[in-house]
This record gives sequence, C-alpha cells and structure tokens, in this order.
Amino acid sequence: MIPGVFDYHAPTTMADAIALLAQYGDEAKVLAGGHSLLPMMKLRFAEPAYLIDLNKINELRGISEANGMVRIGAMTTENQLIASDLLAQKCPLIPEAARLVADPQVRNRGTIGGDIAHGDPGNDHPAVMLAVGASFVLAGPAGERTVAADGFFLGTYWTGLEEGEILKEILVPPVTASTGHGYAKLKRKTGDYATAGAAVQLTLNGDVCDSINIGLTNVGACAIKATEAEDVLRGQVITEALILTAAEKAMAMTDPAEDLRGDVEYKTHMAGEMCRRALRQALARAKGGA
Amino acid sequence: MAKQHITFTLNGQAVEALVHPRELLIHVLREQLMQTGAHIGCETSHCGACTIDIDNESVKACTMLAVQADGADILSVEGLAANGELHAVQQAFVDEHGLQCGFCTPGMLLRAYRFLKENPTPTEEDIRWGMSGNLCRCTGYQNIIKAVQTASRTLQAE
Amino acid sequence: MTTAESLDRQDKLQGVGCSRKRKEDPRFIQGKGNYVDDIKLPGMLYGDFVRSPYAHARIKSINKEAALALPGVHAVLTADDLKPLNLHWMPTLAGDKQAVLADEKVCFQYQEVAMVIADDRYIAADATELVEVEYEELPPLVDPHKALLPDAPIIREDAAGADEVGQGQRTHPNHIFTWDVGDEAMTDRAFENADVVVSQEMLNQRVHPSPLETCGCVASFDKVRGELTLYLTSQAPHVVRTVVTMLSGIPESKVRVVSPDIGGGFGNKVGIYPGYVVSIVASIVLGRPVKWIEDRIENLSTTAFARDYHMIGELAATKDGKIKGLRVNVLADHGAFNAHAQPTKWPAGFFSICTGSYDIPTAYAKVKGVYTNKAPGGVAYRCSFRVTEAVYVVERMIDVLAHKLEMDPAELRMKNFIQPEQFPYHSALGWEYDSGDYPTALKKVMEAVDYAGLRKEQAEKKARGEIMGIGLCTFTEVVGAGPSKSCDILGVGMFDSAEIRVHPTGSVIARMGTITQGQGHQTTYAQIIATELGLSSEDIQIEEGDTSTAPYGLGTYGSRSTPVGGAATVMAARKIREKARKIAAHLMEVSENDLEWDVDRFRVAGNHEQFKTMKDIAWAAYNNVPEGMEMGLESVDYYDPPNFTYPFGAYLCVVDIDRFTGELKVRRFYALDDCGTRINPMIIEGQVHGGLNEAFAVATGQELPYDEQGNLLGNTFMDYFWPTMVETPVWELDYTVTPSPHHPMGAKGVAESPHVGGIPCISNAVNDAFMQFGASHVNMPHNAWRNWKAIHELGLDKQ
Repeated sequence: MIPGVFDYHAPTTMADAIALLAQYGDEAKVLAGGHSLLPMMKLRFAEPAYLIDLNKINELRGISEANGMVRIGAMTTENQLIASDLLAQKCPLIPEAARLVADPQVRNRGTIGGDIAHGDPGNDHPAVMLAVGASFVLAGPAGERTVAADGFFLGTYWTGLEEGEILKEILVPPVTASTGHGYAKLKRKTGDYATAGAAVQLTLNGDVCDSINIGLTNVGACAIKATEAEDVLRGQVITEALILTAAEKAMAMTDPAEDLRGDVEYKTHMAGEMCRRALRQALARAKGGA
Repeated sequence: MAKQHITFTLNGQAVEALVHPRELLIHVLREQLMQTGAHIGCETSHCGACTIDIDNESVKACTMLAVQADGADILSVEGLAANGELHAVQQAFVDEHGLQCGFCTPGMLLRAYRFLKENPTPTEEDIRWGMSGNLCRCTGYQNIIKAVQTASRTLQAE
Repeated sequence: MTTAESLDRQDKLQGVGCSRKRKEDPRFIQGKGNYVDDIKLPGMLYGDFVRSPYAHARIKSINKEAALALPGVHAVLTADDLKPLNLHWMPTLAGDKQAVLADEKVCFQYQEVAMVIADDRYIAADATELVEVEYEELPPLVDPHKALLPDAPIIREDAAGADEVGQGQRTHPNHIFTWDVGDEAMTDRAFENADVVVSQEMLNQRVHPSPLETCGCVASFDKVRGELTLYLTSQAPHVVRTVVTMLSGIPESKVRVVSPDIGGGFGNKVGIYPGYVVSIVASIVLGRPVKWIEDRIENLSTTAFARDYHMIGELAATKDGKIKGLRVNVLADHGAFNAHAQPTKWPAGFFSICTGSYDIPTAYAKVKGVYTNKAPGGVAYRCSFRVTEAVYVVERMIDVLAHKLEMDPAELRMKNFIQPEQFPYHSALGWEYDSGDYPTALKKVMEAVDYAGLRKEQAEKKARGEIMGIGLCTFTEVVGAGPSKSCDILGVGMFDSAEIRVHPTGSVIARMGTITQGQGHQTTYAQIIATELGLSSEDIQIEEGDTSTAPYGLGTYGSRSTPVGGAATVMAARKIREKARKIAAHLMEVSENDLEWDVDRFRVAGNHEQFKTMKDIAWAAYNNVPEGMEMGLESVDYYDPPNFTYPFGAYLCVVDIDRFTGELKVRRFYALDDCGTRINPMIIEGQVHGGLNEAFAVATGQELPYDEQGNLLGNTFMDYFWPTMVETPVWELDYTVTPSPHHPMGAKGVAESPHVGGIPCISNAVNDAFMQFGASHVNMPHNAWRNWKAIHELGLDKQ
C-alpha cells in the first residue's frame, strides 16, 4: 500500500492555498487530516499529481464565537472539538458526535472540515451539520461565500464546493436553554463508519417542538436531511407515538447501499432505530434531562 | 519532485532526512533512521502498531507523510526509557503480562504513555475508550488494561 | 523431605508453577524486537506482486516492458521465468501443487501473477502498476456446493485428468478427496433404532488468522559460498529448510532458515507461500538480498484462510437423552489449490475428534474436499488441525438435541460425559483420550456462575421480550502432533527436539526445534529446565528458530510446543541430570544409589549436609569427571510422543442481544481450562485471554465473504473484524489440573483451547437466545445484522 508520486505543497496562508489550487486544478487534492485521503492514495483509488496540505495554515484552526455564531476553523481536529468548552456549551452535538468518530489517534489528525468536504456518506459530521443548522464559509479564487449545510451534500464525494474552493470555516448557531440534541450511531466496532446514524437537534417552546433538524448518516449517497420526519414533529407536542411515526418517515427517505454492514432492509430499519434513539435523547435533554 | 530535506527531533535528538513527498513517516523512521520499534500492521490506520507521539499527541505514523513531520518533536518507543530507567508504562506491561508477541507493544506503550498524560487517573471504561485505536491479537486486552491501571498508580505515586 | 529451606531454594529457581515475568519482554518494551521487516541487509532489494483482479481467467499475455523501463526496477519475474528452474509450481504440504506464479491461468482473485524486484518498496509498487496483463475471464466457481456438478467450471486444468491429487481417489476435476472414518453401517443402525434423531446444517465460515505482523521474508543468496540464508516469518523453519532444499537443490547444509521474532502466527505462518519462493529465486538470479513483505490486503486475501467447513451434524439418542450415535458430513472448501497445512496423512486434520467429551458408542464422519476459485488454505487457526470445526459441530449438536428433548443442555452433557474412570478412553473414531475429568469441570463452572439463577433470569427476561442467551461448551481438544507412526509432514515424523548445554559456571543455553510467536517459550522452557536441573531460570537462555543452531523440529502450531517440545526438553534435562548424578557420586565418593535429588542438588541419603549442587557439578563436568566419562554437560533429545494430549475445559457464556439493533453483548464469560500441569500460570492466563478474544472475534464478526464473481469483500481491517478494547468482554478464568499420564511432566498445552472452546460457547449462547423464542440454528458470525434478521423474523423487534 504505497501512494503514487505527487508534488507536495504546504502553504501557510489561505491565499496561497487557493492560488495553488487554481494553478493545478483537478490534478490537485487538498490534504486535511489525511485519514481518508492517504489510505485512498495508498490503494491508488486516488492519484493526485499535486497535494496541497492545509496543515500549516493557522487561520484554519480554532473555535471562537463572534456575531452570535460559533465559528470552527475547518482544520480543527476531532479531539479539539471534543476538548472545547465553548462547543460543549454552545454546540454540544458536535463534540458528542466527534467522540464516535474513528479512534483516539485518528481524532488527533482528522479534521471537521475534512470530514465535511470529503463527501463520504459514512462521515459523521455532515449529518451533524444538518442537525445543528450549520453554514459553511467557502473560499475560492472569486472570494468567499457562505452556504447552508442543508443543500451542500449532493452525493457520494460530491458537495457544493465549486472547483478551486476550499472549506474554510463552519458557522454554527449556538443552542438555547430549551434545545436538546442527540447523536445515535450504530457501528460494528471502534473505527468503523456507521451502519446507520441519526443526528437530532430540536428546540422546545413550552412542550411544543419549535424547531427540529434531523440528519441521517450513511443511509444514502450522502447525508440526508430527514425533512419529512421533521415535519411530523415540528409544531407538535412530541410523544412516543409521534417519534415512531417520524422514524417511519425518516426510513422512507433513506436509500442505503448494501455492504458488509448490512443489506438495504437492515440499514433502513437501523436508520429508523437510530432516529428514535436520537429523538428520545434530544427530547429528554430539551426538557432538562441529561 | 525532488527529495525534500526535513529536520525534526526524535527522542530528544535532532535528526534530518531527505525524503520524497510520498514517503510515509513510518517508513522513514524505520528504514532511514533505523528506529524499528514502531511497526506496520494494517496500513489503513486501524491497528495502531505504528503509533508514535508527535508534538504531544498520539499519531499513527502509517497515515502521515514524512514531510509533514518537518519541525516536529517525535517520541517513539526507543525514547521512552530515560537515563536507563524504564518508564512506568513499560514496567507495568512487564509486570501485568501486557504483551505476548510484542508486535503491537511499542504502539500500545506510546498510546498508554500519552493517554495517561491526558487522563492520569482513568476508570477502566476510560482506558477502553482511550486505548481503542490500538489492536492487539494476543492478549485479549485484559492484562493491557491492568498494565495501564498499574502504570497510572505508579505515576501518581511518583 | 520438604523443608522451609528447600522450598526457599525451589522458589529461587523460578521453575515450573511459577508466574515469573517473561524473559522476552525487555526487548519488546524497548523497541528492540527483531522482526523480519526490521532486517535490512546491504544491497537489499524489494519484491512486490502483480496480482490477479479476477477469480478465474486465462492469461493471454504479460508485458513487462514498461515496468522494466522504470528506473530502479531490476527484474520482473513471471511463471515463464521460473519454468527453466522448474519452480513455477511448488508442492503443497497436502500433496497437491500450487502455482508459484500463475501459469497460463489464474484461479483466485489476488493470485500471484508476477513479481517486480526494485530498489525500494515505492518503486516496486509503482512498477506493479506498469506490468500489463491481458486476461480472458472465465466463469468463476464460488459456491462449493456447486463444485461437483457435471457442468461446473474446471478450475485446475493442470490436474483435471489426475486420478488423485495427493489424498485419494477423485470423482470430478474439482474433487480433491473424500475421507471418512468410523463404522458407517453400525452408525446408520444406531440412527434407525433411535428414539430421537436431530440433524442440523451449519457453517464454520471462512476466516483468516491475520496476525498483526503479516507474512514476509528476506532471501539472501551468497553466490560465492553457494549459501542461502532465508529470514522469514515461519512457525516451522526447519520444515521450510527441507522444502527449500527439495525445490532448489541447494544442499540442506547450505540453507539457513531463520525465524526471528514473530508478530503472532495463529496458523497463518505454517505454510510455504509463493512470496518466499519467488524471493529466493530473485535473490539467486540477481545476487542480492530480496525482501518481500505482505501488506494487510495481501495477507487477508491470499495466505492461509481457515475453516470454510460446511457441515451437517446428526445425533441419535434415547428419549431420556443418552446419545447412541453421531454422524457428520462435511463439504470442505479448500480454494484453488489444496494447500492446507495438516499432517500429511490427515486430509481433514483431526476432525474425527468430533465425538467430543461424550461417550458416544458409534460414529461416522465423512469429509469431502473441493476446489473453488478462492484463495488456497484451510489452516489450523489457533487450533489443532480442524479441531475447532469438530468441537463446533458436536457442541452445537448437543444443544440442538437438548432443545429437541426439552432438556437443559448442562444436564444432557452431564448424562453423556466420558466418566473419569473410563480413561484412557477409546473413542468411536479411534482416539485414545489420555486423561480427563469432565463432570468436575462443568460442576465447578455451574456453581461459580449460579447456573440455575441465570436460567431463572433468562426466563424472566424472555417474558418481557428481552433476549438473553446462555451458552455452554465442554470441549476436548487433541493436540501435540504427534506420534510419528501416524503424523508426518512430507515424510518427516512430527517429533520435536531440545538440546541443552550447561556451562561450567552453571548457566545454560538450550535450543529447541519449536519457535515462539508470543507464547513465551524463552520463559517457559527455561522454567522447565530450571525445575529439572535445579538451576535458576534466570540463567537459562533459550534460542529457537535458527536452523543452523537449533536441532531439527517440526515447529510451533497445533499446541505442540509443550506436549512435544516441552517433553523433549524434560527428557534432555533428565539425561543431563543422570550424568550429573554420576559426577556427584564421583565427587563425594559415594555410590550413585546413595544419592537423592533435592531441588538443586544431589545429597547423600541420610546425611543432608553432604551434597553437591548442580553448580558444583557443572564446574566439575569440565575438569573432574569419573574415569571413562566424557567431559562436558550437555544433551539432546528428539521426542516422539507416544500419544497426543487431550486438554479440555468447561466454558459458559451469557449474552444479551439488543432487540432493536441486533447488537450483542457478552455479559459474562467464564472459562475453566484443564491443561494438565501448569508451567507458568501468568502466561497460561494470558494465552487463555487471547484465545478467548480470538474466539469472540470469529463467533461474532470475522468472515471472508466472496461475491458471485469471486471477489473478496472486506480484506482490510476496516471490515475484517478485530475487536478493540471497547468491544472485548471481560474474561473470568478458572482451572482444574488433570495431568497427562504419558507426558513426562504431565502438561497438555493450552493456548488453543480457548479459541476452540470459545467459538461454540458463544455460538451456543446466541442460538440459545433465539431458540427459546422458536428460531432454528443461526450460523456465525453472529454480528448485529445477522442477529437482527433472526430477531426480525421472530417479530421480537416490534416497537
């Protein structure tokens, strides 16, 4: 398992990175944590002629709060997400999901931006981003633009990133006191992708569900926003019966591929079960539970 | 592309190497610098046999380019004992029979070393979670967990 | 007479029975192990294979030009290059032959087609991409049940017309052998006359031992001296040397095979693989050392799968549960070449141990081996040859019968156990069990876990729709191959050997024909010698694995080191002790008959103040021996065991299964092992932990699945299941001691029992969980998906 030959660049500024990407076009790949890309290169599934390593760009790291938004640099690692007090308070779903990504060593290298931009339906953060209502700052030759997570995930290895663009920052609205969250992930073992996963964030107004987002992991060509399940619950007092109905709706929106984790039937049912679990947990938390 | 000159600190010593960009850090450590303690087990970053400590974090050296280590401070198993004294995790692995064939051991030790700095007084569950990036085929883990607990106690007593 | 003083001396030896720390650990914890991939010789080149993307295809052409043009590439070897040396095929240990490099066609995906040899592993990998191979695809044969159909694709055209391929008459070009044992007619009668008959189809799925270190070698041929040195990951270096000589014609005295530190074997490293052979050829041709190391995909895809036994078990019994007969029919998928690593005369290994721990009066077993377009193998993965399969079928069948009789499976076992007074016990399929006490073992386990309480809890949970299962396994293994009258590999009897030298100052070097791969031989053999010779194990150095220094032995697999190598060590030590007795008598000027052995010395009976320690005697052996005696204090022993040993155990497993996801949790696993005399309890516990974890892995997740085109799905550690600490259960251990009567120190071997016993135990627990709700047998691996299917069919996942 040996990667092919490539030229390596490690720019220290975003401007340089964007310029390099513009120069080399689709012969180049952007390297973040490398735990998806390097194995693919070793298997020669990916053979970029140029590798643009973002690890030396300091402006891509860090978590802060500004203008009512939590801002996460794209090169922030999974373990930095887990360790962040700010996220624990303002966006707790993100570190909770990060704990279920890969393993301790991989979480030291793997980044939230890489996880999102890679477009692998098995990655966890896309569904989480849908659930927290994140938006992404994309930087390219024409400048920066901000897009919503909802609509960003288009297919397997296919996102809203245009040619020459690099994901720079993730913007997340902070939670309120009546927000609850949950991430349920079924996996075969540590380090595996989800057989199915569900990310939920909801806000209550009294007993009524004011807003809700549900993202599903690895049960389609990309992360799925389970809008039909959300519609069942939004504006309602969430009951166990409604949770079951919502899960059925979520299952109907999935389109999983059979692999060694399960066939279509199993994965569909597991999407439903993960949905139920995440919903129950989010509801309990929104009501002030653990 | 021409080879690149990199320098880093390895077990307290300044080292340099000429590497192709695609060369994996594990290969440079093992084959150029002849530090063969870290091993190659799976090459897809699942087994952790190649675990080393880079800038105070546990990293799987099979999934990092050597050029990315330029300027880094690296600790490998060869540097764990200091002044002729075994580190507490090394002694604990011997005392609790936490190794058999020895192939996973350097990676296990380096991860245990760093894990106990991250969490000096872990519960058994903490250990299972915090050491879950390292596979062992021989021990069934039970004695490795005991070894980490023992090392934790030793380090606390120091 | 044992005194406090003599006990103190005994403790200081750190001999048998002592949980002393391991002698191999200091190097491993400091990164100073020496594994094959750590070896770097001057001028060393690297080999890498071009492999087939197809399971079955004809090779129309191979174009090496582009690869050869790549700077740093020294050679590209194909079957045509090996033909003049007659090395394009090699014999397998099973009497078949295997293509070293694909000769005109490929018969499994990832088969070796060409090897590139280059300056480094990077260039070699690049060059493999540049070798152009043109294939014509052929229909693949993947399902072994279709192998013998009249219109099945013929896999081995080279052997299509052969009457036999090493193991008996064939009936079809894809047929390898049919082997049967037992009295078929009498067994049929037992079934005809039985009150109750049960039959169950079951699969021991194809798995892989996948040690953390893959297979590899460094071949170094010295043209001037005509000597070949081969460093390789081998569990049987001496056998490799003999085979290399047979293949190459280089005298065995000029072939040196070295197994350095080995990163786990588990049966993966017994066979001889194309990578070794091509590396040797490349080194001879190029005059430089050549290294070849498998990557993990190659390891899982090509070298040494295990199991793939498709079995039908049947039991005949009286209505009150006395078993009258066992019948087993097996279809064995051996892949494209018959390259299993069993003793040569045993095409199905020791599968006939399948009557287990039970007094079954009549039995019949039949195994049919077939070719398919899959990787070759069928090795003993942490077990004696095919013993895991045998124990699985009998232990599952006991539970199936218990279910049918509505009898508790523990009660049924108790009712049918071979009783302690029946040993030595002659089984219906021809084994002579050496010793055992099965009822005591099972009783001890049941009391320890409160078996009745667990069954009560299970019933309460069932009423609430919760899925809990309890599995038992009371296994008997047969290990320590083996007596040379029945066991050989390519004609070499399966003895093993030890050579011990006591130095003048009383330290010892000893070498054995076995080879440790994590078992701790350097510690346990030293303990055996310490006890036998009264010298501290700390001062006893053990070396194995270098064929130029160690005596010839058959290696380490099938739990044979302690039963055979350990016995050789005892016998060699006793020869030294006998010589020492003579020297002691000479030194003290008394008769040999007046001396008695006391821990570390010979003393004069009746006068304990008059003695000579072994250290005194060792010194004298080099300057003051009796008239006519040779100087020195050393011995060698080649031990041909009179029988196998029969370790046994009683295991119990409690599982809880999530009814909505199918996730399985092993809540409790209690393992009682009886391996006879215990040499180092600490090491035994470690071996049992590891074997149980491998059993857990096989029972709940490991498999090598193929699609209909013969593509192997899941050949990295992403998919191939190795549990981490998070998934691994807690193991509770216990033991009894029933020494082997024929082993010189009563030891039986232990490392494989937990794997052999653990797999059916977990599988019985899972099946127990489902059978209580009315399901029939579910095959392994019991992963969440498979469990959920059973749950969903039973309707247990209703919200």
